[in-house]
Amino acid sequence: MTAPVDIQNLSITFGTGPGAVKVLPSVSFAVAAGECFGLVGESGSGKSTVLRCVSLLTDIWTGTVKIAGKDVRSLPLRERCRLVQMVFQDPYGSLHPRQSVRTVLSEPLRIHGIGDRDARMRQALVDVGLPVDFLDRFPHQLSGGQRQRVAIARALILEPSVLLLDEPTSALDVSVQAEILNLLARLRELRGFTYIMVTHDLAVVDHMCDRFAVMQHGTITETLPRAAIAGNLATHPYARELIGASLEYEGHGRG
Amino acid sequence: MQGPILDVKNLSIRYHGASADAVRKVSFTLGRERLGIVGESGSGKSTVGRALLRLLPGATITADTLRFEDADLLALSEREMLKVRGRRMSMILQDPKFSLNPIRRVGQQVAETCLRHFPVSRAEARVKTLEMLAAVKIRDPERVHDLYPHEISGGMGQRVMIAMMLLADPDLVIADEPTSALDVTVRLQVLNILDALVRDRGIGLIMISHDLNLVRNFCDRVLIMYAGRVVETLDARDMDAARHPYTRGLLAAQPRIGGSRAPLAVLDRRPEWQEEMAP
Repeated sequence: MTAPVDIQNLSITFGTGPGAVKVLPSVSFAVAAGECFGLVGESGSGKSTVLRCVSLLTDIWTGTVKIAGKDVRSLPLRERCRLVQMVFQDPYGSLHPRQSVRTVLSEPLRIHGIGDRDARMRQALVDVGLPVDFLDRFPHQLSGGQRQRVAIARALILEPSVLLLDEPTSALDVSVQAEILNLLARLRELRGFTYIMVTHDLAVVDHMCDRFAVMQHGTITETLPRAAIAGNLATHPYARELIGASLEYEGHGRG
Repeated sequence: MQGPILDVKNLSIRYHGASADAVRKVSFTLGRERLGIVGESGSGKSTVGRALLRLLPGATITADTLRFEDADLLALSEREMLKVRGRRMSMILQDPKFSLNPIRRVGQQVAETCLRHFPVSRAEARVKTLEMLAAVKIRDPERVHDLYPHEISGGMGQRVMIAMMLLADPDLVIADEPTSALDVTVRLQVLNILDALVRDRGIGLIMISHDLNLVRNFCDRVLIMYAGRVVETLDARDMDAARHPYTRGLLAAQPRIGGSRAPLAVLDRRPEWQEEMAP
């Protein structure tokens, strides 16, 4: 059920020769099975791009990405979908407005030829803390937090081992964020998921992650344990600046 | 010290065709201070800001008092309102990407404030624009003046917005989520610039935000809104001593650096909060 992720020399280059543009120069990191790994950095630093590469939503990259020891490029599409799933930032954009929750959740089951659909869909809703009669609702009948729960249920329904979380709570109010973070933490505890979580909020990293990487201009400047945040133990200047700004913003050291 | 800049008593707002008021009997006064309005999406905080500038066509605004300095905002004609809006009272919006005109140079857009409200020549407006761009700590104002919005970063865009708003030397600035679209490192920089300018010039500031950390650090006083009402008013530094269960719930729901990793407290919404009012 649980799987490690190993990323080596992941890079994206446009063009060839001297005019080539390296969008993502080279990213390497490894995430242990069952670990929650954070990716932080400013907008445009490439953190979401890494997730899109791992899930092959973007496939113009070079390098190797291995999940549970298997190269994601050589995995058949169906097998890949059952290994890794993604939750997107904005639940207002990531759910089809004219598809009911039932349609959203049943489609992967149908594609993968999995039986016992009704029971599985109900279970998925229970897992994310929604009433089962929500199956017949449409996205406009749901609040932002409920939508994000549906998006998480959709990611869970194929029982993957790795979840890629792209700013899963940044579009939500703090009270709703707390519910979703609690849900994600509980699911990881129960099922041993491996999470790779992109966020801009170091307080969320501190709450959820074991380790995190600070990205800038498409490269990882530093990989740090969670404990390095509170005392700002980073050594790279940009990582220090980012952590320092987050601490100051939270009111640490303002007296 | 003169009277308050803004005096609001029992402000209620109903959108066209809505069955209930979006804002219900909100009262507050504002002096030369920084007032935060916090609440979740849909709590009515932005609606209050927009109502003050009368930017809600079609909505019904009622109030016992809605006074901005010597002007009764409810009684002003649209023609008179044009002399207030953008000149004496202005607004900084959330995302510079969507609030700057994409096909006009940045400098021209800032200068428009000057040309619109003061009898100045284009050359004078340009000088004032460059001065203001420098005041918001844009390093090379001459260069930035001639750039288009897509050529500048988000943080720079938001500083341009601040320059545009402050150029008219307003008495009141309403900042609606001025930094939510920005990165943490840039956010502090922009807030510090806004903060310094507002203090130096003695401008009243209303900061509308969902971010408790922001209002705690950059405001003097905070109104907490829930379901269209103000449920609590606090001094920003006393935020941790909040009494209303909603405010306390919001504070507890927030993950903190160095905090416990136990499940976060989840808000237990009470129906009676909808009807309560700040004492």
